[in-house]
Amino acid sequence: MSAAARTARPVSIASFAQMQNVRKDDEHNEVEMLMPVIAEVFGNIGITKDDVDFICSGSTDYLIGGPFSFVMALDAVGVWPPRSESHVEMDGAWALYEAWVLLQEGEIDAALVYSFGRSSLGDLNEILSLQLDPYYLAPMWPDTVSLAALQARALIDAGKATEADFAAIAARSRKDALSNPKAQVANDIPAETLLEDEYVVSPLRRHALPPITDGAAAIVLAAGDKARQWSDKPVWITGFDHRIETHSLGARDLTSSPSTTKAAEVAGLADGPVDVAEIHAPYAHQEIIIREALGLDDTVPINPSGGPLAANPLMSAGLIRIGEAAASIKSGKAKRAVAHATSGPCLQQNLVCVLEGE
Amino acid sequence: MAERCAVIGVGQTHHKAKREDVSIAGLVREAAKAALADADLTWSDIDAVVIGKAPDMFEGNMMPEIYLAPALGAVGKPMFRVHTAGSVGGSTALVAAHLVKSGIHKRVLTVAYEKQSDSDAMWALSVPQPFAAPLLAGAGGYFAPHIRAYMRRSGAPEHIGRMVAVKDRQNAMRNPYAHLHLADIDMKMVEESMMLWDPLRYLEACPSSDGAAAMVLAAEDALSGQYPPAWIHGTAMRSEPTMFAGRDQVNPQAGRDCSADVYAQAGITNPREQFDCAEVYVPFSWYEPMWLENLGFCDLGDGWKLTESGATAFDGDIPWNASGGVLSSNPIGASGMLRFLEVAMQVRGQAGEHQVDGAKLALGQAYGGGSQFFSMWVVGSAKP
Repeated sequence: MSAAARTARPVSIASFAQMQNVRKDDEHNEVEMLMPVIAEVFGNIGITKDDVDFICSGSTDYLIGGPFSFVMALDAVGVWPPRSESHVEMDGAWALYEAWVLLQEGEIDAALVYSFGRSSLGDLNEILSLQLDPYYLAPMWPDTVSLAALQARALIDAGKATEADFAAIAARSRKDALSNPKAQVANDIPAETLLEDEYVVSPLRRHALPPITDGAAAIVLAAGDKARQWSDKPVWITGFDHRIETHSLGARDLTSSPSTTKAAEVAGLADGPVDVAEIHAPYAHQEIIIREALGLDDTVPINPSGGPLAANPLMSAGLIRIGEAAASIKSGKAKRAVAHATSGPCLQQNLVCVLEGE
Repeated sequence: MAERCAVIGVGQTHHKAKREDVSIAGLVREAAKAALADADLTWSDIDAVVIGKAPDMFEGNMMPEIYLAPALGAVGKPMFRVHTAGSVGGSTALVAAHLVKSGIHKRVLTVAYEKQSDSDAMWALSVPQPFAAPLLAGAGGYFAPHIRAYMRRSGAPEHIGRMVAVKDRQNAMRNPYAHLHLADIDMKMVEESMMLWDPLRYLEACPSSDGAAAMVLAAEDALSGQYPPAWIHGTAMRSEPTMFAGRDQVNPQAGRDCSADVYAQAGITNPREQFDCAEVYVPFSWYEPMWLENLGFCDLGDGWKLTESGATAFDGDIPWNASGGVLSSNPIGASGMLRFLEVAMQVRGQAGEHQVDGAKLALGQAYGGGSQFFSMWVVGSAKP
């Protein structure tokens, strides 16, 4: 299995685009949010929708509060004549995985992947509670920040981290975000100052939480001749896998992420050096857990884009990690990179994508 | 080059209005365990799980794959969630098939479900959304005008819908898993049932069901199970926009393109001749003649004549929905997968009382949204 997951067929990230991440976009609907992103992701490489053979999107109805939110969003692409198209109720990183699987069969050469979501429309704490076991957990409405705080507390109790570590990660992320024009929260505030914040839920202070973000993103995947046509120096996906853990928080060691470790192993992450990592750790402490699970030492730069602490558009934040990791390679800053995406409470489900330049 | 892929295990629940004896996890496990047993496998033999269902709002459980991972033996494995509206059960099976065809996995468990009694689909479909035309009357209210348009266009007489309603319910009498077992069903009973959305009467509409479907898909070197494999000869999906001037909602281009694609893969040039049977998503009676035309089983305008002639009946030359179809069991998210699963059962020869004699090649079809999303597969007893 692992040999196959280390890609029989090379697939490249041919183009990446994302919306300006904002706290609240109340001027556009989902189609209007997506249209410029789709235009940019095609425009970057001078192609149109006619050049892709498959379309896959990621979104969730629970952000818009109505069923079938992906249906109208499809108008952002304009699927006429009809297209081969699919949708996952997951982060766009998993939509990318579905497209990548199809490309492995060798019958198509290019795919468009996109995702979108407006986190600003409702109360995320209430909404994300509905992800939980509907019989034994959801009726108690445990909110997502409190669950993350339980995990952070476990990490401190295990002696694996301190609150100062969380502040250092937050300070670094938002300082790095100053060089990312698409970031939502970017500033240069020392960790010591951040530690003066009030707790939101102990031991998590305001800075250790992700911002609430409206956003959208898109990637074009290409294989075969198209990968070469659309880029002089393609960025290749060389390993790709995702794994899930049990839902019961009490049955998990919240200070580790065995699903990330397994996915990294299948994706062949340890087969070479890692120059940069884009990690989808919405809460500061989660970066520590994922870094360890990926086996990255302290020298590997994490989230030079600012990461999810600088912009966390639900359903797109994982896809953006893959796009940002590819951008690091494309710019020449890295030769080999890893991108990570997560879903579920306390990092229950994790995806690892290994990227390499030439 | 894609690997060959086959269905080696199928399982489904007893579909009912209310499965109060099981939780959602219990419901999906019932189908999954049956599929594993059919394939002579256990949970540990499975490499990945692909799950699908219709809108999460139907049960009020957001992204339920997160909660269902342990119930489906997915812990430590890839767990993937598909949602493509009403076609989702079919699309979910296709995503699972691609995991095998691509060579990434050897054995994939795919599951689809709906527990409609935990929900109110009519309400969930009718939530007003800004800048969008309201559905208000649920799916039936949306499709009734398209049916009227078909009747006007084709000149079909009113009784055709009632014939389909009777035929599929009679077929369901042969299927122990079907939700509706209406022993006394006849044309008069349908005609006397309440008018819901003109021209659709109560008994011309699908029921609301709790239920789940599951299949084990395997690569050529990982076959097992009590019955011969159902080989996948073709897979296709197509989507088109919900609305634009000039769109043909009665005979959608996406459906025609999807069937052309899957037929080309499977070498089908005359579907009525070459297929031994078909399971097609007919949630409202009139969609049988409409899809007969859309899928090329007859010329345009002749779908109702095929139905009227009895060709699609259990003893006809091309039985459609021998299982009783969506008109007899409708766990929405699973309804599409049940179509795909039932044709696999037919070509494996395991359909019991509703087995179509000597079925070797069959079409499974599912559609969704405003009849704009299509997924199809062709399965056969012979290796492609």
